[in-house]
Amino acid sequence: MSATLDRTSPPQTWHLKLYIAGQTPRSIAALANLNRICQENLAGKYTCQVIDLLENPQLAKGDQILAVPTLVKDVPPPLRKIIGDLSDTERVLVGLDLRPV
Amino acid sequence: MTTASDAAAPAALSKVPTGIQGFDEITEGGLPKGRVSLVAGAAGSGKTVLAMGFLVNGAEKFNEPGLFVSFEETARDLETNFASQGFDLRRLQQQGLLALDHIHVERNELEETGDYDLEGLFVRLGAEIDQIKAKRVVLDTIEVLFSAFTNEVIVRSEIKRLFQWLADRGVTAIVTGESGEKTITRHGLEEYVADFVVVLTHLVNDETATRRLRIVKYRGSAHGTNEFSFLIDRRGISVLPISSLGLRHEAPTERLSSGIARLDEMLGGKGIYRGSSVLVSGTAGTGKTSIAAHFVDAACRRGEKALYFAFEESPAQIARNMASIGLDLDQWQKKGRLRIHSERPQNTGLEMHLVRMNREIEEFEPSVTVVDPITNLTSIGTFSSVRSTLTRMIDAMKSRQITALFTSLTEGGGSPEATDVGVSSLMDTWILLRNLEAGGERTRGLYVLKARGMAHSNQVREFVLSSGGVDLLDIYAGAEGFLVGAARSAKEADERADALTLARAIEETEHEIARKRQLMAAELERLKAQYEAEIESLENAAFERRMRQEAAATGKAAVRAARADGGSRSAGKKPAAPRRGSRPKARP
Repeated sequence: MSATLDRTSPPQTWHLKLYIAGQTPRSIAALANLNRICQENLAGKYTCQVIDLLENPQLAKGDQILAVPTLVKDVPPPLRKIIGDLSDTERVLVGLDLRPV
Repeated sequence: MTTASDAAAPAALSKVPTGIQGFDEITEGGLPKGRVSLVAGAAGSGKTVLAMGFLVNGAEKFNEPGLFVSFEETARDLETNFASQGFDLRRLQQQGLLALDHIHVERNELEETGDYDLEGLFVRLGAEIDQIKAKRVVLDTIEVLFSAFTNEVIVRSEIKRLFQWLADRGVTAIVTGESGEKTITRHGLEEYVADFVVVLTHLVNDETATRRLRIVKYRGSAHGTNEFSFLIDRRGISVLPISSLGLRHEAPTERLSSGIARLDEMLGGKGIYRGSSVLVSGTAGTGKTSIAAHFVDAACRRGEKALYFAFEESPAQIARNMASIGLDLDQWQKKGRLRIHSERPQNTGLEMHLVRMNREIEEFEPSVTVVDPITNLTSIGTFSSVRSTLTRMIDAMKSRQITALFTSLTEGGGSPEATDVGVSSLMDTWILLRNLEAGGERTRGLYVLKARGMAHSNQVREFVLSSGGVDLLDIYAGAEGFLVGAARSAKEADERADALTLARAIEETEHEIARKRQLMAAELERLKAQYEAEIESLENAAFERRMRQEAAATGKAAVRAARADGGSRSAGKKPAAPRRGSRPKARP
């Protein structure tokens, strides 16, 4: 499926966090895009947590979140932050290290 | 680009004092309350210090909690760096009066896909503001956002929104920004959005660094448009003018001795006014420091405190040199009445000197000060900056009723009245010392060029330094010009001899007059006696002739009678004697 999987031979799980600020059209779009991309590329190999900063504002500090929506991938390393509504699938895949740059 | 508080504050703009020395004066009260202010400047121009000063003063002086959001330095770095400015950030954080937050944006970690906004930043700021109930917020440096995100359109609109949002939160905020080449900030955005813009610059002139500050914009408020100097030292930031007191100080009528009795005599007999400023100018070696030392000594003798700023000599050197003219300054230093602050003027900029001097004055609270000499300050500043520095210094001293004496070194050759860094008009009393060369000797002359508010001598006095101190001697002034030193002594001896001769001559003449008068009186007596003698003899002669005439008449009558008896006598002849002899006392 993807060449990058060769790099990490043991079965790997992608830990993803999606930061949003309220149910804005942009966050809804981001969530939809994320679901689609993961289903297509990481089926069964990812966990995704959606964090609404309006409910947990203190969490913005930990991952240095300024822009929303921001998708954070800390596992596997390196840490990546993908900001925006995730409408550009190719760039999202690059960000998730599922496509070579 | 209006903020919500525009509508909320229809009356005069309310301001938030920064508590930064001098800054609140030039902004007439501080920063606009509930609005965003921009502090722009190049790297190292003092933006962060100014912003932190705003927060720390807010916490310490006004009990207003502050949030400092740094995009560049970590909280730990800030704590360490500001410890050297005397700010204990850790303590303030523990007291809940300050929050430090480091927002770190790593460009390499970011991938942008599609539309986004910076609501995460807003949420984060909002949470922190709420947590300590911040009234003051600093964002240092906001433009990091431009390099963190590639979509400049989004960043611009989000920064605008951020300013608005901060205003809506009711916090008074400072954002800092790097100077741009053609615009105030690099992206030319913040200056339009902010209600208050101040630009900091850091110039190096003749190897001396000067920090300057200029308010470019202050919506809804009057403000000074000048460039003001400011400085950063271990006690934070200070903007000059330190005092903008102007000409509102009291004018005491009390008079002080200058320490030289004859000089007091020249100054209307009572010396100088308390709280006035005195300029002593003269060429090298005319005794300016000696006059200053007497002034200081006199103050210490009265039990007052004196502060001496020396830009040429060390305290020990001054004390030693003044001991040679009989002034024991050491004793006053030991008693704590005299403090000598020696410093090379080139060591720091002009403003730094002014601030240091002000601090010394605040600490020591002297009643008299000496600045010796002010001309050395000109080596580190332009004419106008020295003049304005001195003006502020004089204002500051006058407002405290400190009597100040400034010495000034004038260049040899030029007119002594024309020099003196143009400060003579700031001075109340101007004493001029000059070298007088005559008869193979060099002596010092002193005169009072001006003394506001007192009748003063217009005489030149000879100024003599001896182991007994300073003395002023009358100068010989006559038709041959004025003479000093040995020539004066010789001339005075000459004059004494001349005077003696003259007195004798006068005496002789008077004697002669008396003698003449006596002579004339005697002559008159003699003439009168002679006249009377002559008159007497003439009268005697006349009497004799009359007698003879009568006798003759008597004789003739007898003959006639005898003839009548004889019958042939002529009766036609009358006797002549009664006609002449009847007037025996006739005078000429």
